[in-house]
Amino acid sequence: MCPQTVGLVQGALEQAGVTTTGVTCVAEVSEIVGVPRALDVPWPLGFTMGEPNNPELQRAVLMQALALTDRDDIPVLESFEFSGPG
Amino acid sequence: MVRIADMDLKLRLFMRGYPWRRLDETAPAHRVKDLAACRVALVSSAGLVAPGQEPYDSKIKGGDWSWRSIPGDIDVRSLTEHHRSDSWDHKGIEADRNMGMPLDRLRELAAAGVIGDVAPRHISVMGSVTAPGRFIRKTVPEIVEALTADGVDIALMVPV
Repeated sequence: MCPQTVGLVQGALEQAGVTTTGVTCVAEVSEIVGVPRALDVPWPLGFTMGEPNNPELQRAVLMQALALTDRDDIPVLESFEFSGPG
Repeated sequence: MVRIADMDLKLRLFMRGYPWRRLDETAPAHRVKDLAACRVALVSSAGLVAPGQEPYDSKIKGGDWSWRSIPGDIDVRSLTEHHRSDSWDHKGIEADRNMGMPLDRLRELAAAGVIGDVAPRHISVMGSVTAPGRFIRKTVPEIVEALTADGVDIALMVPV
């Protein structure tokens, strides 16, 4: 449900000129809703940011999601890859 | 990634049968500034509430469609979680609120110069909104107004 809820916000923000990106645990829903940019993470529902109290991993997730705003080939759905401390 | 095919039967049937909304095909808002100059806001669907704010109401049919403004300088440990869904594991956010609203991490990225700055407020919604009519008509425009008024360049979605 959540990827749709934030997706609805995402679509309206883009229309208003605000660049959006995000993380998703259910890539299928993000694709159906048609969000412009999403980082597909490999963790169970409730663990969107990886692991509790793991700042390196959490920072890496945010940085990779933010990096999607470099891309012009919308929609972008990229898989998260952890390559060490962020 | 969680695949719908791997979900338990009840959730799988819901996910397969639900009339998912689809965004209009519009021109995306490409980033024009360097990332290091961008103001970033978080949009969390974890149902987090700041001290003194009304909790989300789990009894509202179709889901609580309201939103909360989370101050940018808040101590994330003071946030409480009121998401009604039992289809995800709440233990991660219980142990570390950054799992739902990663404000500490965003501040670290600002301090390191990766982003320009942290927005003065962030958005909390309770993502289990199965009947999103009121959410679309009322909540979404309010969120857009808040973030554009704050000069936000990038909004980063953190669903659960």
